[in-house]
Amino acid sequence: MITILGAGVAGLCAATVLAERGLSVEVVDSGPEGAGASWLAGGMLAPFVEAESAPPEVARLGATAAEWWAARVPGVVRHGTLVVAPARDRAELDRFATRTTGYARIGADRIAELEPALAGRFANALLYEAEAHLDPRVALQALADGLRQRRVAIRYDTHLAPDQANIDCRGIAARDTLLGLRAVRGEMLLLHCPNVTLTRPIRLLHPRFPVYVVPREGGRFMVGATMVESDAVGPVTLRSASELMSAAFALHPGFAEAAIVEMGSGLRPAFADNVPRLTQAAGRWHLNGLYRHGFLTAPALAKQLADEIDLAPQEAAFAH
Amino acid sequence: MRLYDVDLSSRLLLGTAQYPSPLVLTDAIAAAGCGVITVSLRRETANGGANGFWPLLQATGARILPNTAGCHSAQEAITTAQMAREVFGTNWIKLEVIGNADTLQPDPFALVEAARVLCADGFAVFPYTTEDLIVAERLLDAGCRVLMPWGAPIGSGRGLRHVDALNAMRAHFPSVPLIIDAGIGAPSQAAQAMEMGFDAVLLNTAVAKAGDPVAMGRAFGQAIAAGRAAFEAGLMPPRDMAVPSTPVLGMADLGLGGLR
Repeated sequence: MITILGAGVAGLCAATVLAERGLSVEVVDSGPEGAGASWLAGGMLAPFVEAESAPPEVARLGATAAEWWAARVPGVVRHGTLVVAPARDRAELDRFATRTTGYARIGADRIAELEPALAGRFANALLYEAEAHLDPRVALQALADGLRQRRVAIRYDTHLAPDQANIDCRGIAARDTLLGLRAVRGEMLLLHCPNVTLTRPIRLLHPRFPVYVVPREGGRFMVGATMVESDAVGPVTLRSASELMSAAFALHPGFAEAAIVEMGSGLRPAFADNVPRLTQAAGRWHLNGLYRHGFLTAPALAKQLADEIDLAPQEAAFAH
Repeated sequence: MRLYDVDLSSRLLLGTAQYPSPLVLTDAIAAAGCGVITVSLRRETANGGANGFWPLLQATGARILPNTAGCHSAQEAITTAQMAREVFGTNWIKLEVIGNADTLQPDPFALVEAARVLCADGFAVFPYTTEDLIVAERLLDAGCRVLMPWGAPIGSGRGLRHVDALNAMRAHFPSVPLIIDAGIGAPSQAAQAMEMGFDAVLLNTAVAKAGDPVAMGRAFGQAIAAGRAAFEAGLMPPRDMAVPSTPVLGMADLGLGGLR
């Protein structure tokens, strides 16, 4: 029996890949379902857009993420990503274009065709057609359901000493073992706004508050996310909330009428280079440092992990 | 260069925000040969800041200049400075009091007020100010021994927008360390500031948002060293008329006749 610690996106992807390969696994999480950083994620499967600030390794890990998710969970939408900038920040759009690939430059007519709600609001945009998005909560629940169908136990609110586990996917909590791990605080809003319709994630480039709006089912939108070098776990600050709200309002004034369904904050685990990785420490595997790329990179890291375990006999794989 | 009785070998000060990753940031600091880095207390260390970023900055060996970035009143800046002294264990403070949220220009009145309180409290204050000479005098009266006039609005990358005013400021305060802070977008602009006799340059976005921040950090380090060397060497004065640089003496006599 392989014990995986942590039922966030890393832990559930690892459990899924291992179970699919016929291994016997269980998942243990010290918190309740829906309490970790994965629950607050944007769920954008955007390897091209992320390349603007992420090292090439992240795009490489994320290249097949959309296929992986679409084969396992409902609600993977493959409409691409739209990147826009207010007229006075047009230089930001040009800068973004020079840092990325996989986009088409489109004008006002095409923007109106793709997203009628944005008609007349932006003269230029970058369309990253190959990208996708999903609802992290739907996806995590679907992975958990799939695991239970394979008779994999997922135990929430259960404390287990880390050295009793074989695979550590605890996110920032694994700082007790992975000394290079740091916390990057993120804050997000969940809005209900049925009078605005968007069909793909929109990134609004702004020199001060770059923000994205990801449509969810039922007239909901996730607006995120701040990036603060801090391990403060408290509620969303007024400053962050007002930045996120201003950006949403700048994207579409209809968001002024939105109901704020939820404000959330969490800690992203990141290594110094912001690249997620599979490592060994303290006698167990660690899948960590997923930073802002959890749903994008977890499937590829889980496959790496399964390959490592496949290569070695059971006993040897966990005898470090 | 000597700032508040501390000798520094580099004349480049770097901000630490907006880099793609802490690794890129620390590599850029090393490539630039930068000896002082600014850290914003408000953002980077909310509620203690034991997130792991701080040890990475300490490991660079650069001296930390905490920053009251984003403060809009004297009281807010004073409180932030006091917190920074506790958190970072230094009495150095970059004093920034923003007067307008859109232009991010300094509020000179609140700046002088905050500088007076902080200097009296034992801080070594690095005020982010304009090129206004009277404000500069008031800041010196308040106890500041370094001034940091802007080149252009924060993050704008416009270079030195008021060259004449900055020249006047340099001439007016020949013995006060003057650091150009904000608005620098290219190494040539930093070199220009150094050629004008400014003591150092503080910048962030131009390196953090470059395609290759590490290479850009190196380029800024080189430009600032070159600009300083040029200032020390003494620039030639501009002339209105052309002056041939090839000596007439010894010009070849081609024996074509007619001239003799």
